[in-house]
Amino acid sequence: MSKVFEGLSRGGKLSESDVSEAMREVRLAMLEADVALPVVRSFVKNVKERAVGGEVLDDVSPGQAVAKIVNDALIEALGGAGVVPLNLSAPAPIPFLMVGLQGAGKTTTSGKLALRLAGRDRKKVLLASLDVQRPAAQLQLQQLAEQVGQQTEGRVTSLAIVDGQQPVEIARRAMETGRREGYDVVVLDTAGRLAIDEALMDEVRQVRDATSPAETLLVVDAMTGQDAVNTAQAFKDQIGITGVVMSRMDGDARGGAALSMKAVTGAPIKFTGSGEKVSALEEFHPERVAGRILGL
Amino acid sequence: FVKRLLDDDTLEELEDELIAADLGPAVAERIITKFRETSFGQNVTSEEIRATLAHEISHVLEPVAVPFTPDPEKKPHVVLVVGVNGTGKTTTIGKMAHQYRQEGKSVTLVAGDTFRAAAVEQLQVWGERVGAPVIAGKQGGDAAGLAYDGLKRATEEKTDVLLVDTAGRLHNKNALMEELAKIIRVMKKFDDTAPHSVLLVLDATTGQNAIEQVRVFQELVNVSGLIVTKLDGSARGGIVVALAEKFKLPVHMVGVGEKAEDLRPFSAQDYARGLVGEAATP
Ligand SMILES: Nc1nc2c(ncn2[C@@H]2O[C@H](COP(=O)(O)OP(=O)(O)OP(=O)(O)O)[C@@H](O)[C@H]2O)c(=O)[nH]1
Ligand SMILES: Nc1nc2c(ncn2[C@@H]2O[C@H](COP(=O)(O)OP(=O)(O)OP(=O)(O)O)[C@@H](O)[C@H]2O)c(=O)[nH]1
Ligand SMILES: [K+]
Ligand SMILES: [Mg+2]
Ligand SMILES: [Mg+2]
Repeated sequence: MSKVFEGLSRGGKLSESDVSEAMREVRLAMLEADVALPVVRSFVKNVKERAVGGEVLDDVSPGQAVAKIVNDALIEALGGAGVVPLNLSAPAPIPFLMVGLQGAGKTTTSGKLALRLAGRDRKKVLLASLDVQRPAAQLQLQQLAEQVGQQTEGRVTSLAIVDGQQPVEIARRAMETGRREGYDVVVLDTAGRLAIDEALMDEVRQVRDATSPAETLLVVDAMTGQDAVNTAQAFKDQIGITGVVMSRMDGDARGGAALSMKAVTGAPIKFTGSGEKVSALEEFHPERVAGRILGL
Repeated sequence: FVKRLLDDDTLEELEDELIAADLGPAVAERIITKFRETSFGQNVTSEEIRATLAHEISHVLEPVAVPFTPDPEKKPHVVLVVGVNGTGKTTTIGKMAHQYRQEGKSVTLVAGDTFRAAAVEQLQVWGERVGAPVIAGKQGGDAAGLAYDGLKRATEEKTDVLLVDTAGRLHNKNALMEELAKIIRVMKKFDDTAPHSVLLVLDATTGQNAIEQVRVFQELVNVSGLIVTKLDGSARGGIVVALAEKFKLPVHMVGVGEKAEDLRPFSAQDYARGLVGEAATP
């Protein structure tokens, strides 16, 4: 990728052909990084418009000038510098709703968030699993809660499992328990669902309406391909998203799905997951991910 | 149907559709170039265009469409199931066990994910569902030792199929990959032909990174075949075309849901149709 930028001809202003040639390569790099095609198209178009005719300073090559424009635009498209914190301003207990496709990392991320909130912010957190689909899903969250509880002087617990209860009922019980027992935050972990599964999407909408979450976090696998746009659009339209968590950033995927997510949902990417352990959660840094996407 | 000319614009549109189905820009371009040579300039309906393109793609997939059948001579046929986190390994084991139980075979499961919370219990639920005993140890225990015990017991009991679950692991983590190699080494101490199959489970939602996954897993644990899950979603799973071109590894099965019955043999034609937006036969 960096070679392309070096190859551009020198001159006072960036010509259309300079920029077009470089942007063809940028388009390819972004597609290889799994940025969704419609997102790539509009990004390339915007950057072209911005770059053509731009002045090139004496001490930089035209290639460097385009590279900088691309990189800056990408950081901006990923949300710009600075971290968007979780919304903790709602009255306690503050409900957080975790949603996403099957296996994306919702349950693990719920545990990670609990550790962060109970550790750094010294909040009392109730973890509630609304997953009545996947075998042993509620037990998984319970075990994570025990683990995180031990690390936080018991500030994290999980809602007691009641067999046969349905998601909306569990969500109500979680909020009641949160209120009664003085929890600051209630994290509602939901079953994985396909964006095209109308029944399950309707169910999570009912959970939302019953609890009015302060944050609805969409958990997305960093290895996700082009389907990221479909997922983002469906969860945005049908449930409403306040933030995105990119899981499995510890892999070697280029992570273009992050850009697709931001472009489609408009919601900030709040965290990245960097491992299986409950401590492996980081705040999102657009500048790091921008370089990764471009392969620079 | 409206006839349209298979001109440059149409071809570009088709190429974009393939990219949007995760074939990757290079593979999509190659396929369209080939398609152009055979079909360019014809006046055809868009249905015909799709059918022909699907046909072109199914040529790439045909050689890797290899059904998976446990060898009845082996008691047990040992299957090690591997893959990155959350792709559907445990669920696929449950589905495979269900299928073999339906065929009257005896199946034993090994809960080799001793790491993730409630991974053992998840497999145990599947074992109960389908009627297969589950060999399990304690959380944090040694997966290789467990696989050894499972193999020993399944051999003594002349079980038909032994399905070994493993913890999800990213291919770029050397220590975790080495653990997988150890499971294989330890099983070989009991039976040097084991495992007879090493199946890599891929999530259809995955983009270009699947290529690295296959490359590294194949190199380190000698993958014998692939399974693609979550095809019931909106993801088209086009990366499989790139994988077929590059690695020529058999693709045995696809997952199309979360229930025990939601496992299908891989069909090159159906898959290719799904990729170009033609409804695959269910
Ligand atoms: N390497 C890595 N693994 C992760 C990360 N986040 C989650 N995982 C793993 O991904 C797998 C799936 O995680 P879960 O939390 O069970 O995913 P989920 O979205 O709750 O899954 P369902 O409830 O079945 O939809 C597990 O093996 C986790 O350990 C991460 O950031 N990095
Ligand atoms: N829609 C759909 N969901 C699937 C399919 N296969 C698995 N799943 C779901 O994907 C999620 C993860 O499946 P698991 O079987 O736990 O995946 P895994 O690879 O064992 O995960 P780890 O052990 O944590 O690495 C669960 O919610 C499954 O129900 C499929 O073919 N279609
Ligand atoms: K599909
Ligand atoms: Mg879960
Ligand atoms: Mg598993």
